[in-house]
Amino acid sequence: MIVKNVFDVAKSAMSAQMVRLNTVSSNMANAQTVSDTKEGAYRPLRPVFETVYAGQMGQEGRDGLSTTRVREVVTLDREPVRAWRPDHPMADEEGFVYESVVNTDEEMVEMLEASRQYQNVLETVSTLRTLMARTVKMGQ
Amino acid sequence: MTDTFRDHLSLFSTSLSLREQRGAMLASNIANAATPGFKARDMDFQAVLAAQAGSGPMAVSDARHFATGTPGAAQAGYRVPVNPSLDGNTVELAVEQMEFAENSLRYQTSLTLLNRRISGLMQAMKGE
Repeated sequence: MIVKNVFDVAKSAMSAQMVRLNTVSSNMANAQTVSDTKEGAYRPLRPVFETVYAGQMGQEGRDGLSTTRVREVVTLDREPVRAWRPDHPMADEEGFVYESVVNTDEEMVEMLEASRQYQNVLETVSTLRTLMARTVKMGQ
Repeated sequence: MTDTFRDHLSLFSTSLSLREQRGAMLASNIANAATPGFKARDMDFQAVLAAQAGSGPMAVSDARHFATGTPGAAQAGYRVPVNPSLDGNTVELAVEQMEFAENSLRYQTSLTLLNRRISGLMQAMKGE
């Protein structure tokens, strides 16, 4: 990816925050799910961000600029809760189900932070865009 | 004659272009507010402008001189955080947002002054 201007910065940063919001909604949607095996239980997803510098390693791009992107989406290695619910259709032969370990409070904080940061980047780029538009009209 | 025009406008145009560069740099910091290990960058605007405008410690008066003050990244430094965070990220949103707001305002100021200079020149040309 080539980072040439502030729009490239916003493009990548906003899509990274969008991935983060998507993982939050996946986690929230699976907050109450159960599984009949320990391995099959849902584990929360988290994106890992990394910085992309403009002009690094011979890439074309302007110095001083950097943006962020999602390097990978990892699953958090948390132990599923083993609950004894013999009447549950998903229960194993001993009467246990494995509940997903999504902490909804944690997800809410994650969601708020991601949406605030999305807004910040958008606000920044829209300010710069206004300034650019005004500069185009210079001398008129 | 063209030199006179250039001299007349150069300080504001240099300042405008540096403000634009700094704005992009601050936008990069804001974009990386959640990236672990990212170090926020910024430039010393006054020093870079002084070097560009030729009033720095070593002015370039001949084409064969080396420019000591190159714009942008060459003079960009790293921000010292007010409250360091555990993940090694030195972006503090409040700081970056305030710097960005100030930078935008000063960009607009430079733009207004440049516009006034241009309209002043136009008025002089028309002789009204």
